Amino acid sequence: MSADKPTGADLNPRELGRWLWRQLTSMRTALILLLMLALAAVPGSVIPQEGVDSLKTSRWQADHPTLTPVYEKLSLFSVYDSPWFSAIYILLMVSLVGCIIPRTFVYLRAIRTPPPIAPRNLTRLPDHASYDSDASVEEVLQRAREVLKGRGYRLRPAENGSDYVSAERGYLREVGNLVFHLSVVVVLVGFALGSLFGFRGGAVIAQGSTFANTISQYDDFEPGSLFSADQMDPFVFSFDSFDVEWQRTNRGVLARAFDAGLTYTDEPGAEEQFYDLRVNHPLSIGDTDVFLIGHGYAPVITVTDGDGNEVYSGPTPFLPQDQSFLSFGVVKSPDAQPGQIGLEGLLYPTFELVEGNPLTIYPDDLNPLLSLSVYTGDLGLDVPTSQSVYVLDKANATQVLDNEGKPLRLDLSIGETATLPDGLGTVTFDSVQPWTRIQFSQTPGKEIALVGVVLALIGMCGSLFIRPRRVWVRARAGSHQDGSVTMVEVAALDRSGGGGDVAPVLEEIVDELRSAPPRVEEKQ
Amino acid sequence: MTNAAWETLSDQAIGVSGVVYFLALLAHLVEWSSLRGTVPVDAAAASSTRSRAAVGAVAVATGPTEGAGSGTEESRQRVALFGRLGLLLTMIAAVVHLTSLVGRGMAADPNRVPWGNMYEFTLSGTFVVTLMYLVLYRRFALSWMAPIVVAFVLSMLMVAVIWLHSAVTPLTEALNSYWLVIHVVAAVIATGAFTLGGMTSAMWLVKNRKGDIATGPLARVPSLATLDRVSYRIHAFGFPVWTFAVLITGPIWAHEAWSSYWNWDPKEVWAFITWVVYAAYLHARSTAGWKGKNAAILALVGLATLWFNFIGINFFSTTSQHSYADSAPSVVQPVGQPVGQPVGQR
Ligand code: HEM
Repeated sequence: MSADKPTGADLNPRELGRWLWRQLTSMRTALILLLMLALAAVPGSVIPQEGVDSLKTSRWQADHPTLTPVYEKLSLFSVYDSPWFSAIYILLMVSLVGCIIPRTFVYLRAIRTPPPIAPRNLTRLPDHASYDSDASVEEVLQRAREVLKGRGYRLRPAENGSDYVSAERGYLREVGNLVFHLSVVVVLVGFALGSLFGFRGGAVIAQGSTFANTISQYDDFEPGSLFSADQMDPFVFSFDSFDVEWQRTNRGVLARAFDAGLTYTDEPGAEEQFYDLRVNHPLSIGDTDVFLIGHGYAPVITVTDGDGNEVYSGPTPFLPQDQSFLSFGVVKSPDAQPGQIGLEGLLYPTFELVEGNPLTIYPDDLNPLLSLSVYTGDLGLDVPTSQSVYVLDKANATQVLDNEGKPLRLDLSIGETATLPDGLGTVTFDSVQPWTRIQFSQTPGKEIALVGVVLALIGMCGSLFIRPRRVWVRARAGSHQDGSVTMVEVAALDRSGGGGDVAPVLEEIVDELRSAPPRVEEKQ
Repeated sequence: MTNAAWETLSDQAIGVSGVVYFLALLAHLVEWSSLRGTVPVDAAAASSTRSRAAVGAVAVATGPTEGAGSGTEESRQRVALFGRLGLLLTMIAAVVHLTSLVGRGMAADPNRVPWGNMYEFTLSGTFVVTLMYLVLYRRFALSWMAPIVVAFVLSMLMVAVIWLHSAVTPLTEALNSYWLVIHVVAAVIATGAFTLGGMTSAMWLVKNRKGDIATGPLARVPSLATLDRVSYRIHAFGFPVWTFAVLITGPIWAHEAWSSYWNWDPKEVWAFITWVVYAAYLHARSTAGWKGKNAAILALVGLATLWFNFIGINFFSTTSQHSYADSAPSVVQPVGQPVGQPVGQR
């Protein structure tokens, strides 16, 4: 990319390596890598991501059968774990470390170096001023030392016979810059720890049930690659109560506040504690954070089969379809005799017929109604592959019909029982209980990442707002006829990467110098 | 006052402030049209003791009076008068604008910060742009920016009122957190700063094309060196604030509300892209060969990603948990749930 690209022939491997290293750790490479990182992040916001929304991803894949294999090859469904994305940021990190470490040494040397000697001609510098003073050369220089010291400048030790003062400030800028860049690495290490050793999981839990923190109780569980099961905190909680407050707004009725009352023990035998789990108010038990992230209704349904045995009973979480809390759910009872029974349908929390259409007019469970279709036959539950509890496999099942030959629909209010045709059994809608979706996570290294970002921010502010400057003041016995006048030259230089306007600073310093006790006389 | 009264007040106030912004724009246009044909004053007169070797050794034309050039006394006075009038009107508009914001917050039950949806975010963001412009007006001699800022704010307000307006609703549960205050305040402030910085960079590019020493209206725009410096300073202010908003408070809040610090949600992705582009901008500033023009272009790319993230993502992306404007609260949707057609009242 640059003109000094060597021709491979006249380089030995060692030199080539050094050349490559220099290129990699150059500022320009950092810039290009940063831009590449920005660009590389874009596809992940356009194409659905496996790790963000797996359902949407699989739908997209179903809709785009030709593109899917290509995208899969390019890891476009998991951009942020893809080899090419990783390559960019790993290169960036290598470049960063390769850039920062040498700079640290340069910096360490620089802080031990006194401010440099004054340029021969101060008036050649962009920002300079000159005036005549009645004070003697020594007095002017002494005054300059005091003023500059008072302003936080470090001075070059006076040498015999030198006619100037050299001062510098803003050494911390470089520290800020180094701290910032190193903190970026710290943040990434913290992040990496979290994703390697942590886990995320969730479970839908109906009110009244108890949850013991073992992996088998989770509905979904994503461990990091170095996670080990003995990291699981041995807590147990019961979900005792659920409160929700509904509010009518012009966008419909919204759940304004909801909380789940939990009774928990940190470990078996420990003291019982209580917590009202709410959105935005997670509970920490040991290293695990527990979050409330959703809620819904679980109708308690009892199924008895044709032989009169109770084959299914309990709260069945139904999933809300939208904010009206019209909810969809499934019941599977594979053990029923003479045939398996599968139920699928909707729960209307506050049912009402509006112009012949079944609707739910309020999300609270004021008048719940279950509306179910019935299937029998093979529900596909014999195969060992795990099946979603929210999906009924109807491939080999048949829908049960009513005596008019139309698909049977059971409409049940609380307490009602329906008898299924063909001696299949009965279905009873006992009650409705709330469920909550609770998310669990362990994120080791999160403190490291947090400390990292905070340090990065502090370092960045130092690096952006501390202005490194050099100031020189030179005094010479004057050219005035009687020789009593001292000619003073002051120059200032801003050493930050732009954005520094030293003119006002220079002006201030000059004013301060000239307000010195000995009377001064302005000469142009 | 009732909530409905507050909401009406807010809606009326935004209309009034729009009208006042419009008057301010007119005043600035008159001011600028009076400038035609004038040539810049040599600002060297301002300081006789120092010389500047920077590119723009000439006019650092600043405040409304200074920039009037060597036109006739009468036209100079006109320029000054209308410049001041425009500034005054902008201040009044800003106060009314603020009233509207307060009204939005008071209209909600319970009262809340006025940035719960895109309409409110646009109102807040534009208010911050105006406020920062007014605050920095003297410090950075921003009078040249007046028509641009006012026109921008006015058009964004029109967009907000026409397309984004929505009635006051309470915050959804996930948004109901004091992190909303911290996170969004920081994001809005950074957005305001980057927007101003973008205007300066754009002007740098325009001026760079036309040559530094132009006559007519462009002469009032500060020199390339000054523009460059102001632009850097504004971005240098915005960048840490943005970092704080999207890389510190954002993840903390996301963790509390959604249980994960960083989820590569589209909104997060674009906030990250914006951050990286501005980091590149700051790098470009200190890399020879990338200074000036390339840096200014990067600043504008950053601004584009910023505004795309704000407006575009909310419209185009359905997966974003952040598209809080019109979707059902994400919090009621457990993972893997089939999403059906909405039934019932909307
Ligand atoms: C993750 C990658 C990086 C990010 C996010 C980043 C970000 C930044 C930011 C925001 C600044 C301006 C604020 C400050 O001065 O602290 C900066 C400055 C700087 N960066 Fe980086 N950087 C990265 C990688 C690198 C690399 C790889 C190098 C070396 C090749 C580098 C060298 C520098 C230098 C020398 C400055 C100071 C410029 C000046 O003096 O004005 N950075 N960086």
